[in-house]
Amino acid sequence: MNISDILILGPEILLIIYALMSILFASFFKHESSNHFIFNSTILMFLISALIIYLTPLEGESNIESIFIRDSFSKFFQVLILLSVSCLLFMSKKYLKKNDLFKFEYPILILFSTLGMMIMISSKNFLLLYLGLEIQSLSLYVISSFRRENLKSTEAGLKYFILGSLSSGLMLFGISLIYGSTGSINFELISSLITSKGFYPGIIAGLVFLISGFAFKASAVPFHMWTPDVYEGSPTPVTAFFATVPKIAAVAVLLRVLFDCFGPLLESWQQVIILISVLSMLLGSIAAIGQDNIKRLMAYSSIGHIGFVLIGIASGTDKGLSAVLIYIVLYVIMNIGVFVFILNMERNGVAVTSINSLNMYNEVSKGQTLFLTILLFSLAGIPPLAGFFGKFFIFNAAINAGLSWLAIIGGISSVIAAFYYLRIVYLMYFGMVSDPLNGKMPTSHWLILSGSAILMLIGIINLYGLEGPSFIVAKSLLN
Amino acid sequence: MIEIQHFLILSSLLFLIGVFGIFLNRKNVIIILMSIELILLAVNINFVSFSYFLGDLTGQIFSLFVLTVAAAEAAIGLAILVCFFRNKGSIAVDDANVMKG
Repeated sequence: MNISDILILGPEILLIIYALMSILFASFFKHESSNHFIFNSTILMFLISALIIYLTPLEGESNIESIFIRDSFSKFFQVLILLSVSCLLFMSKKYLKKNDLFKFEYPILILFSTLGMMIMISSKNFLLLYLGLEIQSLSLYVISSFRRENLKSTEAGLKYFILGSLSSGLMLFGISLIYGSTGSINFELISSLITSKGFYPGIIAGLVFLISGFAFKASAVPFHMWTPDVYEGSPTPVTAFFATVPKIAAVAVLLRVLFDCFGPLLESWQQVIILISVLSMLLGSIAAIGQDNIKRLMAYSSIGHIGFVLIGIASGTDKGLSAVLIYIVLYVIMNIGVFVFILNMERNGVAVTSINSLNMYNEVSKGQTLFLTILLFSLAGIPPLAGFFGKFFIFNAAINAGLSWLAIIGGISSVIAAFYYLRIVYLMYFGMVSDPLNGKMPTSHWLILSGSAILMLIGIINLYGLEGPSFIVAKSLLN
Repeated sequence: MIEIQHFLILSSLLFLIGVFGIFLNRKNVIIILMSIELILLAVNINFVSFSYFLGDLTGQIFSLFVLTVAAAEAAIGLAILVCFFRNKGSIAVDDANVMKG
């Protein structure tokens, strides 16, 4: 451990120091303007650390005594998380101001949870993984009950807290069993031990507990119960955050643990992942049909998308992994676009989340309707939009790995899921005339909405050149 | 002579009591918080006993971290519960039913 080891941690240290300083700053200067300052500087800090991580060279030693590592895998996910978090923070300002939630705690809590995610993606042993996960979850519990005078928000926070801490308990129990049967909490040591000595029943039991813990965090069936309630109850900017960033982190950690630590046990965990994936896809597509609240609908939609991601993980090949990375990037862009629209759904200054209020939205704003339609088509995976290619790569990888039936189930459930996305489109263009929404969308939000829709169209050409890099990242994880 | 199996049986029993306490309890959210503590306690017993029988210190260090995180988790859980009580006027599990999930 020397000074160059500490420099690897640069972005994380920067964020921690910044977070503590801004808490101090905010408690001395209690003006509205200081809230603005903290919001803007937090976004700036996210962008700066994304830049630092992006520019970090990979040559030489980039890990600290096999505890913390900055490889191309963690770089990819950390940059993705930091970029999407800064975009989401920027989006949420207007809504928070309108609903009297514009407090300095919000960006700081978001920052702490982001920090936790960055740590857990980079971790190479279970202790650091657990601590990162808890930093993330403890901040998320508070953020989900951020509107503390509102019954729904506190109920969402309570439910998320109970189920979230149950999931960390399950995960910890799994870690303790793995530690007991291998005598180590280090990913590399465990992996080499499994290759040399075969496996003990304790490892398999521990692995199942561990996967169920992560499935909670990624909201995969059968551990999805909290998702619709928390999405509905939390303030909309928080829902937008929940739908994107913690999902990226959960998938990244799942990949890290399964391939770095339990790579030799592929056949054992593959079945568990396949089961979770099938259930998530089917429930995500069927349960969303009856929903009237668009936030609940997005919750089921995210459960379904996690199911598709898990197909790619279950295939266990480099092709499958690179498909997962591409899918996650597309999913984040589409969700940011849809949520920037939901954030601006309001009637006479009151936020509305019912789907029926979108009736004939085409008459209110032609541009927004068109962009939202493109995004929903892409979420449904209708060719030729980019969302289709995300699904295509995943199914392709599954077929190559000999899991054709899984790809078929995926295809069926994406057809079912298309129904509820298209229902929104139908309402917007051909619905009954009713009391229309009349929120004004600020130019910056309009740019984000149009930008994400246009990205879905540009993605048709070459997927932003993601194929090559994602393949390299996937290869680096598999070796 | 106390062997590792005895510790494992104790910790699995505590873990099961904790998990069932969360799902079967219909009365009070405080009991759920206690069940969560019970789960973490079971994990700690596991870690410390494995650490003792393996002759390796990592498990005991891990359990210290788990204790710290459990304290923070309980603090946040109680804070959320207080907010919920202010809005609802009750902390019964069945009253957390505004949204059906």
